[in-house]
Amino acid sequence: MNTGIPLSYFLILAAIMFFIGVYGFLTRRNLITILMSLELILNSVNINFLAFNRYLYPHKLEGFFFSLFVIAVAASEAAVAIAIIINIYRRFTTINVEDVDTMKY
Amino acid sequence: MTANQIMFFLFSVVIIVCSILTVTSRRILRAATYLLFVLVSSAGLYFMLNYQFIAAVQLTLYAGGIVVLIIFSILLTSQISQKFEPVGWEKSLFSAIASIAGAFITIITILDFKFSASTEAAKEINMRLVGNSLLSVGKDGYALPFEVITILLLAAMIAAIVIAKKAGPKDPQSQTTKH
Repeated sequence: MNTGIPLSYFLILAAIMFFIGVYGFLTRRNLITILMSLELILNSVNINFLAFNRYLYPHKLEGFFFSLFVIAVAASEAAVAIAIIINIYRRFTTINVEDVDTMKY
Repeated sequence: MTANQIMFFLFSVVIIVCSILTVTSRRILRAATYLLFVLVSSAGLYFMLNYQFIAAVQLTLYAGGIVVLIIFSILLTSQISQKFEPVGWEKSLFSAIASIAGAFITIITILDFKFSASTEAAKEINMRLVGNSLLSVGKDGYALPFEVITILLLAAMIAAIVIAKKAGPKDPQSQTTKH
């Protein structure tokens, strides 16, 4: 299995995906699209964990379980973030980060 | 090129193109759909790495759960037909410089490093092994992170309910911040 695909290909793919997520995180203004960029970042980290686990330590399961926990944390984070976003929308009728600045000093 | 390589490049192209479209698309519902493509393609990569369980979790939880949650909140909070205004060129230029520089440094480092692939036999992953490891407290056991994650999920569920529930008539905040 995995014939002809070096480990570095997976790592480069994950790095590109991570920095696309960072770009979206920096440029987006809508809270939900920021959350989507965050999901991209978490997903690229998962690819890294699983590739390392398969190529470098195939007799162990650390990366496997770590990515399982990352997925669980991402799910709970998305749930809480969306609850906060809906609450912000209820108060300000917008989810644009530049209009929600009441607590800004 | 073997079939394996062709599949890998197909998945990578889909992931990279759809990631870029996710962060640049000016219609929010389309951005969510591109995110769905990215997540499904990474599930394909997990299948290629022979981690069927993680791939199934990715498909059901990420592609099935989180994307649906995101789409629901988009429908609740946004005008779907409305387009975002384009990002200012300064912001987009400096963000692009930051992320391209970061990606450049990371890729240089990855290509520079010599990974020594392990020659040990791969461990067969079946559900019995996964379940035993998650609840075992001995060596190679993950009981503590498992318990922490259960508490975290419970806390997240309660927090989501408390934050998103409608404020009652006695709640002073609901009267002061009417728009």
